[in-house]
Amino acid sequence: MSRPLMQHLEVPVPDGEGERYSLRMGPQHPATHGVLRVDLELDGETILACMPQVGYLHRGIEKLAESRTYAQGLILTDRLDYIAAMANNVGYCVAVERLLSISVPLRAKYIRTMVAEMSRICSHLLWLATHALDIGAMTVFLYCFREREILLDLFEELCGARLTFSYPRIGGVRQDVTAGFISELQRFLDIFPSKMEEYETLIDTNRIWLKRTVGVGKVTGEEALALGLTGACLRGSGIDYDIRKHQPYDAYGLVDFEVPLGRDGDIYARYRCRMEELHQSARIIQQCIDQLPPGPIVGPDAPDLVMPAKASPRIAAGATTYGAGLIKLIRDRGPYLAGDIYVATEVPKGELGFYFISDGSSRPYRMHIRSPSFIHIGAMAAIAKGGLVADLIANIGSLDIVLGESDR
Amino acid sequence: MESMAIADRLRAEFPDTILHTYTHQGQTAVVVRPGRIVDILRWLRETDGIRMNHLRSLCGVDNAGRQEQGLSRFEVVYNLYSVSLRHEIRVRAAVDDGEAGIDSVVELWSGADWLERETYDLLGIRFNNHPDLRRVLLPDDWVGYPLRKDYPLRGAEEWSGMTELLAKVKELDQYGFDPQGHAPGQAAPSREDSP
Repeated sequence: MSRPLMQHLEVPVPDGEGERYSLRMGPQHPATHGVLRVDLELDGETILACMPQVGYLHRGIEKLAESRTYAQGLILTDRLDYIAAMANNVGYCVAVERLLSISVPLRAKYIRTMVAEMSRICSHLLWLATHALDIGAMTVFLYCFREREILLDLFEELCGARLTFSYPRIGGVRQDVTAGFISELQRFLDIFPSKMEEYETLIDTNRIWLKRTVGVGKVTGEEALALGLTGACLRGSGIDYDIRKHQPYDAYGLVDFEVPLGRDGDIYARYRCRMEELHQSARIIQQCIDQLPPGPIVGPDAPDLVMPAKASPRIAAGATTYGAGLIKLIRDRGPYLAGDIYVATEVPKGELGFYFISDGSSRPYRMHIRSPSFIHIGAMAAIAKGGLVADLIANIGSLDIVLGESDR
Repeated sequence: MESMAIADRLRAEFPDTILHTYTHQGQTAVVVRPGRIVDILRWLRETDGIRMNHLRSLCGVDNAGRQEQGLSRFEVVYNLYSVSLRHEIRVRAAVDDGEAGIDSVVELWSGADWLERETYDLLGIRFNNHPDLRRVLLPDDWVGYPLRKDYPLRGAEEWSGMTELLAKVKELDQYGFDPQGHAPGQAAPSREDSP
């Protein structure tokens, strides 16, 4: 009795056949989380082929590092994953320390673990916010930014920066934490569980959320390993691989936490993994606060500028000598050990690895960054193929990529 | 298993291919000839008790500036890890000629696809049998391989597509855009900088 609604319109309705076309999504698309372009071959709404294109943000960080001293190279790592710069800094420092056999005091290790976990919470909150926004949950976005702001304020209090910190340094950290910082952080930890409950209430059993995530973007454990997925993307598929547990660095061997694992390897499993990680990160920070030992915050052999605790007579004497004193403070402590090393740390996005070759000079001969985002984007083609365009958006959010790190 | 024990088993399995092994800062590395790299990595991946199922990183190195004796011009470095057995090893394949290159390991780890493209892009090392060996980070028409040690660090040269791009901007422009305002060769005076 009734005609199909669109019969009188001359709009071709995709019937699944003969509606092939190609589409370029990005690099300005809001759901690509930065400057990612995805070239799609579509049949109706089904993805036949998906070719991500990166490089829009390539700054040659690996090349730049070769002409800087190890201490100067630290600031480059801020610009990798700018959402969790602290975790990148820590990764770089841990790698250089192992390469050059530099010792770190225990207090500095605890502080670095603490800030790296704060960074993880920041990153996961931003991930949840944008991922939810992509799928259509606006409220979560606002809630997450509210809590992220508290952490950014804390970072600002700690080191004066909100985004590019360069706070950890080779051999320790730059400044000590203050009592005020600790008490503010404690306040955050006290309210954080109730905030987590808010997010989970909103989306954990939300019907739309479940429809969009359960069974979508499935990756088996075998596939995930072959594709090189790490972090929550690998653990969501049930593979127990967390570098904080496998090869503990800093204070991770001294604190107690669990590694949440998923089972199905779909978007929902990855979502649950990251939500659990938020709880675990808060737990780690709490233990760091409780166990924080007294002592120095930087080791004796840090190859870095060392600000004197008290103004020395020479510096007090006048401007010219002050300048000379400063120049002397920025020193190269060569010669270093020659050799190569690969050190990985667990950053919010996955396994961030630094492969260093030292030729004994004060600059790295080669620094290769194993960037989780780069590898995850490479894996996107395999994950998104055969799915719908809308699910690609959900997949991009779920892989949790950041283009600064991918393009380097 | 201890990494050195794995290296010894590898040497027994591929006696002609292994050049030498060493341990530095607790990490064991094996330097190999590139010819049988796929066989070596397959053996490491699939032998019981070794099971290096995670390719942590794959990168290239240009050895042109290194002082050590007996190094090849290039190297491709594979960092492997066993997620189930928790041990690691590094394989360094000595590649003398970037153009002749080395065999691709995409058949073992599909994730190696982009890592090999990156190595090709930045160092110009070819990967034979790679399904789609194109540049990945740099534009397709880029000239040269930036991570090579002989790549110039400073200079006033411009990307080859720039002239075309400026002409396009001029064509679409409504506000009196002057392409001469963006002329090459006006970079700050360069100072000597060692790589």
